[in-house]
Amino acid sequence: MSDSGAAPARKLPPVVESAVASMALVIAGGIFLAAYLPRQAPLPIPIGLISLAAVLLAATVVMLTRLGEFAWNRFRQVSGWALAAYLVIAGMLEYVLLVDRTRGALLLLMTVTLTIFALDIPIVLGFSVARHQEVGSSPTA
Amino acid sequence: MADAIQDFPLPANAAAGRVTPARVTIIPLAGLPVVGAVLVFLVVAIAGNWLWALDFLHVAGGGLWTGIDLFVGLVIGPIIGRMSVPARVEFSTRFMPKMVLIMPTLVIVTLASGLQLARALGDLAVPYPNHWWLVASFVVVGVMAVIALGLLEPANLAVLFELKKPKPNGLLIAKLMRRFIYTAGITGVMQIATLIIMSRLATW
Repeated sequence: MSDSGAAPARKLPPVVESAVASMALVIAGGIFLAAYLPRQAPLPIPIGLISLAAVLLAATVVMLTRLGEFAWNRFRQVSGWALAAYLVIAGMLEYVLLVDRTRGALLLLMTVTLTIFALDIPIVLGFSVARHQEVGSSPTA
Repeated sequence: MADAIQDFPLPANAAAGRVTPARVTIIPLAGLPVVGAVLVFLVVAIAGNWLWALDFLHVAGGGLWTGIDLFVGLVIGPIIGRMSVPARVEFSTRFMPKMVLIMPTLVIVTLASGLQLARALGDLAVPYPNHWWLVASFVVVGVMAVIALGLLEPANLAVLFELKKPKPNGLLIAKLMRRFIYTAGITGVMQIATLIIMSRLATW
């Protein structure tokens, strides 16, 4: 067993849990909206779910900003590429919505949903990798 | 599957024998043009509302997604669990980078083409109680997405980055691999529900 390559054990805030909960809420909101297709769903419930998801995402970002010492290079490397990938995926889904002539409040809500979704995942992936890396580890290592 | 999930501490330098950190690839760059071509095909199919192409992308993408999930979760996962640690590391360094490209591509292709196909065929307008089958498919996909994106994929990536270290932490790799195998098994079982729902939708 070799532990010398591991980052020292350290209590970290629940960044992943918070981001995954945010992701689950936007997915739940999306399912609620989709369940009413092709009619428009009543918006208060999805607005509530997505607002809660936005609050959790904001809390996640605050937790990240208060981390201090962390393998930020690795976090930026992983989350940066993941963000690029998930922006493409979210863009594809937004494109489908536009092709299907989704407009108005529903389009706005779906856009916010996709934005939160595309931000949550890079944070989960970046943090999950960086938490096990040495502080200051090079992205090329 | 419980017998397959055991902690196997990585012996010192177990990974160094055949898999050096320099050989561990996170994203296989050679696969990116293929992914790009598939996504372009998807965009063109949606823009042109090509029913045959949407059907092809949804059936082929969904079949591969379901098949790979079932195969990895219920066949490959237990086999990996019974492998020696060096063999497991060797297999993971070659297998997991490909999954990083293949699975997200299959998921986006299946979902985007499926939604468009359902709209074009009028499946979205089917009244309740049959509409519950659609809702059930959304819920199953939603739960699988949370498990895959929140647990499985982070474990996959963390293992790959750990393997790139000069001296990988064997306990950490065992823990993350156990999570990968369990979550792959859960999504594999959930894919059986998807197969039942999709068979029902295709024949109503």
